[in-house]
Amino acid sequence: MRIAEERLRSLMIQSLTGDEQAYRTLLKEVSALLRDYYRRRLAEGAAVDDLTQETLIALHRRRMTYEPDRPFTAWLHAIARYKLIDYLRSRRRHQALCLDETPEALLAVDQTAAQNDHGDLERLLASIPDEQRALIRAVKIEGRSIAEVSAASGLSPSAVKVKIHRAIKALGRRFAREEEQ
Amino acid sequence: MSDLGPSSGFIDSLVSDLKPIRPGAMRRQVLTALGICVFVSLAVVLWLWGVRPDIAAALPTMAFWTKEAFVIVLALAGIGAMFRLAQPDGVARAPATLAFGAAAIMALLAVMQLASNPPNLWRHLVMGRTAEVCPWLIMLLALPILAGALLVMRRMAPTRLTTAGAAAGLTAGGLSALVYSMSCDESTMPFIFVWYGLAILAMTLLGAGLGRRVMRW
Repeated sequence: MRIAEERLRSLMIQSLTGDEQAYRTLLKEVSALLRDYYRRRLAEGAAVDDLTQETLIALHRRRMTYEPDRPFTAWLHAIARYKLIDYLRSRRRHQALCLDETPEALLAVDQTAAQNDHGDLERLLASIPDEQRALIRAVKIEGRSIAEVSAASGLSPSAVKVKIHRAIKALGRRFAREEEQ
Repeated sequence: MSDLGPSSGFIDSLVSDLKPIRPGAMRRQVLTALGICVFVSLAVVLWLWGVRPDIAAALPTMAFWTKEAFVIVLALAGIGAMFRLAQPDGVARAPATLAFGAAAIMALLAVMQLASNPPNLWRHLVMGRTAEVCPWLIMLLALPILAGALLVMRRMAPTRLTTAGAAAGLTAGGLSALVYSMSCDESTMPFIFVWYGLAILAMTLLGAGLGRRVMRW
């Protein structure tokens, strides 16, 4: 993290003197960081791209507000966060987001990916009928056996299998549709 | 483009637009904008009212310099806060402390002056002769400065828009009071604290209220 900060900061300082090579490298590295940052916080891929681009434009136009004696990551993170909040406000979509974070969040390894995946799964599960959801949860998430679930639910083992098979197909279709959007 | 990120064409266009930025460019731009607006307000004051007629007599007095110091410190606190809040990650705790400190000292001086005078003079000490016009003129003269301050901040990267607006308002109020004090011959501490203070406070609140509306980027 420290190394990334030092590297980005020196690239930024070189960029401010007009060094195009340094600036190109900086923009490439920063855009990768921004995409990760926004992807961890937003479901919509299009918004991630828009915000990344908008933040790069803000970095470009407002680069005179970066003072070289200050940490670059904190500066960039504050812009990225501002753009994110502005986007969420304008979409009036106040999701329960964790926004009280430190500048290091920008450089953090993607720990939230797993949590996001879990969130995506819950959202997809919510879209299928209750009975199918309960079966999927019992067998595929909690890892119980077909026999166990069959005994508990009163369904025959083959009925359980068929229902789970259908539920997974339905989830697959929904997932594909979401990805396209 | 979802998996590729911004196209290299997009990055190329930013790179080709790269021009060197001189160190301190942000501060210079803020000061230039403020300077131009203060010049406008000053020209209006001098044209309409001229310098206070008793300026020669006032210059060596403590009261004159206390008044000037009060508004200058508030203006400097405002400018310092603008410098910090123009940066996306900026906070302005030190300038805010400075402004509150100046107001507290001025309040103390006002109370001390009242306490050292008999109550039948208090009204005069607070109201002076121009209490009905003074705060309004300071606010009027502050409007062009506030406009300039908000517009130049909008080109920077403020992320706390209400606070940044308040900083712009404090700066505008302080500088306007400084300009106005060239022609205002009131010099009692209670008058300065109440009427100058109120006008500057009102501008600060106005700036805070306009911040989000004007500076969003």
